[in-house]
Amino acid sequence: MSGETMSIFSPRLAARFDALVKKYPVKRSALVPMLLYAQDEVGYLSDAVIAEVAERIGITELDVRNVATYYSMLRFKPAGRYNIQVCTNISCMLRGAYPLLERFQEELGIGHKGVTSDGVFSLEEVECIGACCWAPAIQVNYDFHDDLTPDHVPGILKTYRSKAEGAEGTAAHA
Amino acid sequence: MPKLVSHPDEVKIVTRRFGQGAANIGKYIELGGYEAVKKCIAQGPEWIINEMKASNLRGRGGAGFSTGMKWSFVPKQSAKPKYVLVNGDESEPGTCKDHLIFLHDPHSVIEGTIIAGLAIGAKTGFIYLRGEYRYLLEIVEKAVADAYERGFLGKNIFGSGNDFDIITQSGAGAYEVGEESALMESLEGKRGVPRIKPPFPAVVGLYGGPTIINNAETIATVPHVIAMGAEAYSAVGTPRNGGTRLFGVSGHVERPGIYELPMGYNLKKMIYDVAGGVRGGRKLKAVVPGGSSTPVLLPDEIETLGMDFDQVGKAGSMLGSGGVVVIDDQTCIVEFALRTISFYQHESCGWCIPCREGTDWLKKSLTRFHAGFGAASDIDNIQYLAENMLGRTFCPLGDAAAMPTIAFVKKFRKEFEDHLNGKPCPFAKHVELTVV
Amino acid sequence: MPDVTFTVDGKTLTAPAGTLLIDACRKAGIEIPAFCYYPGLSLQAACRMCLVRQEKVPKLQTACTTTVAEGQVFVTESPEIAQARKATIQLLLGNHPLDCPVCDAGGECELQDMTFKYGAGESLYVEAKQHREEQQWSPAVFYDRPRCILCYRCIRMCGEGMDVWALGIQNRGTHSVIAPNDGDRLDCEQCGMCIDVCPVGALTSGSYRYKTRPWEMNHVSTICTHCADGCKVTLGVRQIDGDAVIIRSDNRDKSGINNDFLCAKGRFGFDFVESAERLTKPLVRNAAGALEPATWDHALRFAARRLKEIRDSKGGAAIGVIGSNRTTNEENYLLQKLARTVLGTNNIDHQRSTDYAAFVRALAGHTGKTVSLRAIASAPAILLVGGNPTEEHPLLAWHLRTNVRLNHARLYIANTRPVKLERQAKLTQEIPAGGYKDLAAFLEAGQSDFSKAILAEESLVIIFGEEFRGETVDSLVTWGIKRNNVRFAYLGDHANARGAADMGLFPDLLPGYVPVSAPGDFAEYAGLPAAPGKSMTQMFEAAGQGELGALLVVGANPISWLGANPADLKNTFVVVQDLFLTETAALADVVFPAASLYEKSGTVTNTYGDVQMVRKAADRAGVKPDFEILVRLAGAMGVDVSTLVPFGSSATAGMRGMTADLGQSRGAQAGEADRHSVWLEANGLEPKLSPFDPLAVLDEIERLVPGYTLDRLNLFAGNDGTTEPGSSPGFVPVAALTGTEHIVPAHDTLFTSGTLGRYCAGLNELDKHQATELARTAAD
Ligand SMILES: Cc1cc2nc3c(=O)[nH]c(=O)nc-3n(C[C@H](O)[C@H](O)[C@H](O)COP(=O)(O)O)c2cc1C
Ligand code: SF4
Ligand code: FES
Repeated sequence: MSGETMSIFSPRLAARFDALVKKYPVKRSALVPMLLYAQDEVGYLSDAVIAEVAERIGITELDVRNVATYYSMLRFKPAGRYNIQVCTNISCMLRGAYPLLERFQEELGIGHKGVTSDGVFSLEEVECIGACCWAPAIQVNYDFHDDLTPDHVPGILKTYRSKAEGAEGTAAHA
Repeated sequence: MPKLVSHPDEVKIVTRRFGQGAANIGKYIELGGYEAVKKCIAQGPEWIINEMKASNLRGRGGAGFSTGMKWSFVPKQSAKPKYVLVNGDESEPGTCKDHLIFLHDPHSVIEGTIIAGLAIGAKTGFIYLRGEYRYLLEIVEKAVADAYERGFLGKNIFGSGNDFDIITQSGAGAYEVGEESALMESLEGKRGVPRIKPPFPAVVGLYGGPTIINNAETIATVPHVIAMGAEAYSAVGTPRNGGTRLFGVSGHVERPGIYELPMGYNLKKMIYDVAGGVRGGRKLKAVVPGGSSTPVLLPDEIETLGMDFDQVGKAGSMLGSGGVVVIDDQTCIVEFALRTISFYQHESCGWCIPCREGTDWLKKSLTRFHAGFGAASDIDNIQYLAENMLGRTFCPLGDAAAMPTIAFVKKFRKEFEDHLNGKPCPFAKHVELTVV
Repeated sequence: MPDVTFTVDGKTLTAPAGTLLIDACRKAGIEIPAFCYYPGLSLQAACRMCLVRQEKVPKLQTACTTTVAEGQVFVTESPEIAQARKATIQLLLGNHPLDCPVCDAGGECELQDMTFKYGAGESLYVEAKQHREEQQWSPAVFYDRPRCILCYRCIRMCGEGMDVWALGIQNRGTHSVIAPNDGDRLDCEQCGMCIDVCPVGALTSGSYRYKTRPWEMNHVSTICTHCADGCKVTLGVRQIDGDAVIIRSDNRDKSGINNDFLCAKGRFGFDFVESAERLTKPLVRNAAGALEPATWDHALRFAARRLKEIRDSKGGAAIGVIGSNRTTNEENYLLQKLARTVLGTNNIDHQRSTDYAAFVRALAGHTGKTVSLRAIASAPAILLVGGNPTEEHPLLAWHLRTNVRLNHARLYIANTRPVKLERQAKLTQEIPAGGYKDLAAFLEAGQSDFSKAILAEESLVIIFGEEFRGETVDSLVTWGIKRNNVRFAYLGDHANARGAADMGLFPDLLPGYVPVSAPGDFAEYAGLPAAPGKSMTQMFEAAGQGELGALLVVGANPISWLGANPADLKNTFVVVQDLFLTETAALADVVFPAASLYEKSGTVTNTYGDVQMVRKAADRAGVKPDFEILVRLAGAMGVDVSTLVPFGSSATAGMRGMTADLGQSRGAQAGEADRHSVWLEANGLEPKLSPFDPLAVLDEIERLVPGYTLDRLNLFAGNDGTTEPGSSPGFVPVAALTGTEHIVPAHDTLFTSGTLGRYCAGLNELDKHQATELARTAAD
């Protein structure tokens, strides 16, 4: 794809994608990371994202959707600026993941896959995130927080809320 | 930042550089890094493969296949390029060892990949990390860039005349992609559905070329094997089970964490001594010895159990990914089984009928059962279902769901019966599952 | 591959090494169940129904992916295997809606059959089933996810088989769904192949759903009436109010030259039969100048009287006859015989869509130079010049794709414009506009990679389109004949265009392209005019000048096709036999309501020269087959019809007929009846006879028409036989030929089919759907 002008992505991301399709022996290998990075910037995989990714890789939109819908981190609706992912899989469950999740639900007033009305937070119960020995653990976007108790919840939310306020007015999060 | 733990019984080989800033290439070199690869360049492919065979290093991804054997299956001549593929998809519940390797010692993975490439005659290696490990991917990518800068990667590495490239790749959330052929599909930009075997990856793998795929810990171990010599390495473990393993002890223990212990280390000791015993002085109810797909063991089954592939296999379970999940007596096994099966239901790729439908029905039945609406016949049905998935699915994920289920029902039938007739769960009930 | 010997269930089998076990077993009559396996499509091993035990292998193996090797031992039925299969079905049924009583597939469902076989009747699971609303993806295709067993046959058929790739799979695990390419809509060729391969009732057809049960229908194999490829279709027919009504068309009987294939027209284009616009009564123009319903008797007598008057007063040269591209060989043969021996004229023609006559002329004196469609399907090298098979010859396109995919055939394409089959081509060559005439020279020169590759082929099939006419046909065919290793196929339009040409619907050619001027065996035709007659254009010119007294049009619409001026016919007595009141029929003095190809028996010849039997499926009160109309018309003119149709032992000496009627009156069993008559005769018994049996002229066709030597029993058994124009008994060269200016190709799309297509509501709907899809994509 030639034009940054034509892209729905930021010039930086568009440039990254230009490089990404050349990185692998086969262009299509760029598909999964591209979708993830596009989601990081746009917030979710909109129709426009899917169309541009399809065009960049040179496959059909159907093909992109076939792949995108397979992966659980990829979503087709906006999430909050900070997507809180609480692992409740076995190791975390044993060490109190459910009370932790409940506390998040209470504090945020939303359930699984909910988004707060101000769009700052969304909440998700997720499968094992590879932090079992430091359980219970969560991820806020890509940041890990481990060895938590429900009492940590207000503090975590406060940190991100103030980050959100600080970033107010700036473009989409990364 | 994940906490590092230690214990005097540990034999620090793979974890040797943990906590010392070895993600920095200078530090890595200072700690003896990139010496093994130079030795390999000097000795040549045949020597490397023989060393690997002699080391008795067995794959750390779960199946425990001999690494040297696997490498030796790759044809010498190939019309298509050969590849090395590092499996860093680490998604088996109870497993987080690769996490620490990428965090503390990414260069060991890079060095191991180059060595594997030299052994089979590949010019490209891929390091695939699960999508959730974004911060680790950034660490690995930085390490790769540093290695390129030093000429350890790229053209004419270490002035040897060999070229070698490493390409990093991110997943996007899918346990099944950890299965070797599904990983190749994912890396090729497709749905993470496994491939029909044969042909096996060593013959037809990534992009149709001969490919070896190894777990990240396996690959990170390789430079150490080369550095210390196969003989010394294999001497650390038990027969046919060379070296150490990163055991991740999690769940109800006082000191959860990743411990590097020699193969064959006693499981009871690992729980009570190394990890500080059951939390709060409670009684041990059960142990999942090697990640969520391995059949649960009862306290009397671990007394003399040495943690290596053969002994755990003999005990009716598997060493798997080395994720030891400890369960105390306050835990509801039905709920634990439900949470385990929910995972497999969520992660089944859906390709084959027994796994797709079987995991779904197991989850539904167990949900109802745990909620107190089970009938006596459900217990048999759950077992029947699991037994009829076993060995009949397209890939081992179906087995991974069936095996623990069968063990839970068989070993804790009484506890299942206690849930019958609308009786509330005798243990504190947790919230409903919502992961879909 | 060398043969290997292995053991299955104690039986010793032999098959080429590398054969899939499931195929080897099926060939040996050992049935192995499978949902996902579909011969010719990529392997899945997903349904796990085909599990078998292999000696010395710890786990059960999938027969669909196991290749046989020397000395292997397999068990395919045992308690262990039965249990595995039963459990798989139980699992499937756990989430299945079990709505068999209202499911279209009920009675023809592979899941039902397997449940029956493995006895997974009792329900172990009480959980709520996943429900999803049914979706309509297009007028043709509906998707019911709860019934779907995710065998991926549809996805593979659409992608690999059709090269359309309009279906995908989304989500994972138990949430997986089959998804169409345009959100909730399907933007594709609407061929319905996905419905065909669906082993259950997850994909259902817009035209069939909820109409009837399969066991309430008669299933009649016949030949599609639309394009010139000649797919075998199975028509599902049900008695409704005394009519036999076609409820469904599909490819249930996969024995035809189309193998697994059927396109949208074959599958959905049958509803014209029941169209409200269908003529069901003869019409006669009254004194006020309006067409008004009349009895058959009156209409026949009136038409016959007028035709006779005109013939007797102005001579046969004042009468013109135009035949059809969709009527049977027998009807076409009869029509030209009637024209020549009863009306006394050579003014006979048809809507020529391609220049078959030039093709035959170019082949003069050579045999073995044409190629059947079955042979194309396995030819190692094919050169496609001109044409657009994907749109106009969907079956040919299917065979070319399949041949490339499964047999690694080499396809070469030379065209003035891009065609979709280029995706399968090894090499392509763009031809400049008007450049086809130089193609032979270009190939011969061997200067380009393309021509070098062509010249290097050991044997070659050349398929060429209507762009080739007259001399261009000649130059290409002559070149190919010189090379000695080339065989040809020539593309025309509509179900029996080739048959119309073969049966002599030409002003200057008798059946078998025998020149009127040198009639040979046709000298037995009483009163055959010696001079060539008028072509269709010339007939209209004559009409315009007031010189055409009468025009008999059978199943053609020359007003629309030629764009002729209706006023030209104002002084001509026009008789039309048709299904609908077409532009031409509207001008007629007498209109006879004719039966469609689906309502009669006989034979048709596809554009490759393959002859196939059509069988009567539907029955519509009020209409008659063209054959019968013509015989009755001749009878009403006072002709001894046994001179036209040699039926019974009383028939004219030397033209003794042997076949019985039964064809028309016994409907679906026509071929059956004919075989019966063969038996009767063999046993010295007199078959019952009727002049309305079209098969009665088949003897004469075989006897007189060069190239039409048919294997009758094979034909009546529903198999295709191949013919060669003018090959037997020695080629009769085509001498005088009318020029190429009369050739107007139909250029039908996937959803149009000449005048007939206009009356196919289902096809029109698909056309509209696809037009909207096109507009939507263009808007993106
Ligand atoms: C469902 C499934 C998931 C798997 N996930 C992983 C994984 O996350 N990481 C891994 O290294 N191996 C995983 N494996 C094992 C791999 O298929 C493969 O055996 C392994 O990467 C080979 O490396 P090794 O020989 O070094 O163990 C998984 C296997 C299955 C069947
Ligand atoms: S067992 Fe079957 S459905 Fe399950 S993950 Fe493997 S291939 Fe997919
Ligand atoms: S179980 Fe929670 S991080 Fe692994």
